[in-house]
Order: sequence, then structure tokens, then C-alpha cells
Amino acid sequence: MNKPGKLLELIEVVAGYGGEVIISNTSFSVLENDFIGIIGPNGGGKTTLVKVILGLLKPYSGQINYFPRTEPDDRLIGYLPQVHHIDKKFPISVEDVVLSGLMKKDRLIRRFTHHERKLAANQMELMGIIEIRKRAVGELSGGQLQRTFLCRALISSPKLLILDEPNNNVDNKFESDLYRILHDLNKNIAILIVSHDIGTISSHIKTIICVNRDVHYHQSNMITEDQLRAYNCPIQLITHGEIPHTVLKTHQSLSQ
Amino acid sequence: MIFELFQFKFFFNAAFAALLTSISCGIIGTYIVSKRIVFISGGITHASFGGIGLGYYLGFNPIIGAICFSILSALGIEFMAKKTDVREDSAIAIMWSFGMAIGIIFIFLTPGYAPNLLNYLFGNILTVSLTDIFFSLLLATGITIFFVLFIKPIVYISFDEEFSRTRKIRVDLLNYTLISFVALTIVLSIKVAGIILVISLLTIPQASANLFIKDFRKIIIYSVLIGFIGSMGGLITSYYLDIPSGAAIIFLLVLIFIFLRLLKFLLTRARQQNQNQIP
Repeated sequence: MNKPGKLLELIEVVAGYGGEVIISNTSFSVLENDFIGIIGPNGGGKTTLVKVILGLLKPYSGQINYFPRTEPDDRLIGYLPQVHHIDKKFPISVEDVVLSGLMKKDRLIRRFTHHERKLAANQMELMGIIEIRKRAVGELSGGQLQRTFLCRALISSPKLLILDEPNNNVDNKFESDLYRILHDLNKNIAILIVSHDIGTISSHIKTIICVNRDVHYHQSNMITEDQLRAYNCPIQLITHGEIPHTVLKTHQSLSQ
Repeated sequence: MIFELFQFKFFFNAAFAALLTSISCGIIGTYIVSKRIVFISGGITHASFGGIGLGYYLGFNPIIGAICFSILSALGIEFMAKKTDVREDSAIAIMWSFGMAIGIIFIFLTPGYAPNLLNYLFGNILTVSLTDIFFSLLLATGITIFFVLFIKPIVYISFDEEFSRTRKIRVDLLNYTLISFVALTIVLSIKVAGIILVISLLTIPQASANLFIKDFRKIIIYSVLIGFIGSMGGLITSYYLDIPSGAAIIFLLVLIFIFLRLLKFLLTRARQQNQNQIP
């Protein structure tokens, strides 16, 4: 079997805002068939790491390389942002949001072609939101909104899908649907999912990146308590038995 | 009876100005309301008063001064909020009061009486000159062409700026261009409604349209329509009742908004009752 190719790599990346370092010591690669969960406490730097990968935030030092492309464009990365950063009363339809995934810097004036509208329709059909394509985003449920953003992220056929807290503000039905959708997608593309809800994602992901100022890559979806302690990761303990399950344990505070 | 009014040249000018202002404000207002930057626009409006004061003091057309001050304050707020650690609403408050302070100081220093000062504060559409109309025509044309060409990136960036950045769109350039159009629209509408009232020309038609319509492009069209009905109606009312035109226009626009809101309430209730009767 062919070894999976690299999509991007971070080498010794240090990044943050306004001079303050939020993540340091960050080196890892994302491969073609990866399904990585980015976990860690709130404020630990999960979103900072995502912004660095997306090219929205320039690192203070270190290097990011993208393959085979040189920058994180729409054919490499599809991105699903946190919902709370969206204005839900904005006057825009589902179809328009999905089509916005095809926007390109050198083609701002051009109208969408028949082919592109067809792409959008196919994507919406696939996600089960074709009937509500004319509806404004303000009239959608949390799950429908996430499906819309999934369509926007996927319409440019990226090789890597990045999701930032996709299970916030959605019902249980969507959450189980989401993991089924991601599982299918993972046959063809790599997935990077940010979540503080490690209990649910641990049985779906293949590997874990633990972000708490320091960034650690685990080549497994299980972490032992010893490892957690060594990494100063104040998260719940993850393990899998015959039936996938999560053993929850409150982590001791750092000062103890 | 109303047609007699159009025989007066000043009234014809005023009607034409009302149409052009409705177009510019209808388009720019939709951008402002959708992107929730009404407060920025209020800041820009009041900051332009500094330019009016400077115009009086140095003896040039106050509108030229207002244009410079509004664009500089618009870019200043955008820059301070995005590139420095000043919070956006604080940056707005600083520009808002600083511009007003400069205006008050220069008008105080100007010897003698400041003519037409009240027209700048409260607006008087009947004093619109051919030059004003020429510039309004230029602006309305410019804005219309710009929005027709760039409607996609304008909507997408206003909706989700961060996502647009991941698509390598030149978000900053577009934002600075749009905020400059906002500044120009505000200043060229000052003659119609005055510094104190102009913000309502940019928000009430949009808020009214948004009651029934949830699509950016359609809100533009209906806002232009509502704005034009409001300003023509206000203009005619002000003529017959002999009240200030700016205030009459705003009053009428608010009446339209209240009427549409009530209509929406009644329609929603009627629909709910219908649904209740079905089972």
C-alpha cells in the first residue's frame, strides 16, 4: 500500500496575539487519510492553532509547509468556523452561503457558472438541505446551519476539512449524523476536528493533538493518565475497552 | 395641486435630490444595517461636523470639509479598531466627539454669524443646489456600479470576514472602500436630513424592508423604494404644513416602519389562527 502523502507540516511553530505567546513547541504533520482530534482546555490555544494552519495568523517563529500547494487555498483546506462567530440575522440564503465557498480572489466580479450552481445543488442534496436552500440562515436550526457550513467548506473539494467545535449548539441527532458524515468523508479526505468534548469524539478520531500552550501529537486515540500528567493536560482521561467508552476523571490542577 | 409644485425649480431640485439620496442611502444603508455598523456610521456623521466648522472658519464650502473629515474619521475608526488595541466602540466615541468639538471651536472662532448652520444640523432639502445634485448623481452612479459589480464579495465578506480571508480575498481593501462610500453617502445626505437625523435615512428603510425580506439584494431594492416614498412624502408634507423637511421625512419613515411592523404582527397572528383551525 502506498504511504499516505503529506498535506501540511508545522515545524517548531510559535504563535499568539499581540506579542503574547499562546502556542509553542508545535511540530506535526497532517497526512492524506488522517482523522485528528484537537483537544485541550478552553483558552489553551486550539483556535490559535487552527488560525495558524489556515494562514489567518502569522507565526512568530517556525515554519508551515503545504503540499503539493504552497499556500492554504480552497483546494487544500475546507473550513467550518465556530457558529457563535456568525451573525445569524444576516440577510443571506443557504444557497448563497454554500456558493460563497467557491469565491476566489481573482474572480470577484464574475457570476457563478451553471456548473458551479450544479456543484452547490449536489452538495446541498448530499447534506439534505436542498429543500431549504432559499431560506435565510436566521430561520435554520443549529444542525441545518452546520450542514450549510459543511457544504460551504466542501464545495471546493478540499483535501483537508477543518472543523472548529462543530458540535456546539446542535441537537444530538445532528451530532450522530455529523460523525457518520465525517466517517464517510474520511475515506477520501483528511479531517481535523477541534473539540473540548473529548468524550464524544475519541471513538471516531484516529489520532489526538493535545493543545494546552504546548502542543503534543499522540499517534493513537487513547491517552493514559501518566501521559496526561506529563503534558500538563487538564483534560478527561480517555481509554477504550471492548465497547468504546470513556473513563472520566477530574484532572488535578497544575499547582498541586 | 402637487404637480404645480414641480413648476418651482427649487422643488424640482429637491425631488431629484430625494431620488438620488434614496438610491445611495438604500444601497449603503443595507450594507450598514446587515453588517451592524450603524454606530460607526453615527460616529462618522458627527465627526464630519469638524469639517463643516473648518469650512466656515477658513471660508471654503463646508461640505468639502465634511467630506474630508468623514472619510478620515471612517478610515481612522476602521484602522484603530482593527490594527490597534483600542476597542471599536471606544474608537467611535473618540472620533464622534472629537469631530464635534473641532466644529464647535471653529464656528465659535468664525467672526460674525454662521449662515445656514441650522441647515447642516437639521437639513433642508429645499436648499439643495445644482452642484449638490451633480455630486449626488455622481455618487449614486458610482455606488450602484460598484455594488452591481462586487455584490458577491460584499455580501460574503460582510457575512463572514474570516472565511473570506481563508479564501485569500482582499478583505481590508474592500472594507476601506466601502467605509469610504459610507462616509461620502452620509455627507451628501446631510443637506436632506442634517447631521442629527441623517442616520435614519440609512437605517429605517432597511429595518422596514428587513421585516418581510431576508435577502441582501432585495433589501436594497425595497429600501430605495421606501426611502423614496418617505422623502417625497416628507418633502410635500413639509411644504404644505410649513415644517422642516428633514424632520418631516424622518417622521414619515418612522410611520411607515410602524405601519409595516403592525402589518407583520397581524399577518403572523392570522397565520397562527389559521394553523390552529386546521387540526
